Amino acid sequence: MNWTWFHKLGSPKWFYQWASNWGGRCVYVGLALLLVGVVWGLGFAPQDYQQGNSFRIIYIHVPVAVLAQSCYLAMGVAGFVSLVWQMKLAPVFIKSVAPVGAIMALIALVSGAIWGKPTWGTWWVWDARLTSVLVLFLLYMGVMAIQNALDDQVFADKAVAVVSLVGVINLPIIKYSVEWWNTLHQPATFKLTEKPSMPMEMWLPLLFSAIGLYLFAAGVSMWRMQTEVLMRERKANWVKKEVLEHGI
Amino acid sequence: MHPVRKKRIVTISVILVVLATAIGLVMYALSQNINLFYSPTQVEAGEAPQGVTLRAGGMVVENSVERASDSLNVAFLVTDYKHSLRIEYKGILPDLFREGQGIVAQGKLDERGVLIASEVLAKHDEEYMPPEVSAALEQSKAQ
Repeated sequence: MNWTWFHKLGSPKWFYQWASNWGGRCVYVGLALLLVGVVWGLGFAPQDYQQGNSFRIIYIHVPVAVLAQSCYLAMGVAGFVSLVWQMKLAPVFIKSVAPVGAIMALIALVSGAIWGKPTWGTWWVWDARLTSVLVLFLLYMGVMAIQNALDDQVFADKAVAVVSLVGVINLPIIKYSVEWWNTLHQPATFKLTEKPSMPMEMWLPLLFSAIGLYLFAAGVSMWRMQTEVLMRERKANWVKKEVLEHGI
Repeated sequence: MHPVRKKRIVTISVILVVLATAIGLVMYALSQNINLFYSPTQVEAGEAPQGVTLRAGGMVVENSVERASDSLNVAFLVTDYKHSLRIEYKGILPDLFREGQGIVAQGKLDERGVLIASEVLAKHDEEYMPPEVSAALEQSKAQ
């Protein structure tokens, strides 16, 4: 099998130029879709027959919660690549994505609590879903703390890769917590194999805000990675040339 | 593939599988503690201890809600469609509380096997629909 594309992907210079083209596009298209989805969902989608307007939190809560898990999964894959192939970009990816995922997990926890108070009657219960998402948030915090606490960059990258990889075990626990145990949190409305338990005029805005948020997060991560690449490659000739030609 | 990388993949995979198994076994062993609430069947089988604060939950049985006219006392049955459990509560119920709705109550079991609740939480299901759709469903059910 030909692995050149894989090795090309790991070249900081090639990535930097590629991200210069795609980072901005992802952010702006993502923001536009997100705006459409959120305005549509919060302003125009029909109410729920039981919860009334408070169900609209779904247009924020579900995209951020899914993205928080996707970010961690991607970090786990990067951790594996980092440990096995020792590709330069993999630890850059982990370091750049961790804060994005952490913010998503935090918004998911807070928006869920705001919805939980009127719907369940409580801000927080220690049920399996809520607790495992809190663990996800703490894992993000751990990754960021390790990255910042260790001065030796090579060692920090290795430690962070291990934490990212091991933390992936938490993801199936989050996903299946509502099926394996009795929880207060309801099971998933959207399943890959079945029709969603929600009519189209309710889930279509959700699709917009979810895709928008994914693109936005991808674009922001590319920007963050570009900055990190410049920091790490600051002694390389191509960085000098790049900065002289285009500025930062 | 380079033999060194192959070796790394094998090592990492083995460590991951072992860790995942260990965590899986711990979760399995603790599953009773991870469950947020007891079902009426578990209470019936005597799995839930008496006089200790615990949570029990199920669907509120149709026509089982008794409200006192002069106080906030309320009593109702919850069921998991196998057994049912009587819950007594004094206080304001959450907005979503209604017959046929899932709830989780925290409290203590007394000697009669009734849960004296100090907190009642409504459990929401994963179904969402606009009010018109729900009204239409009700109507077709009535016919």
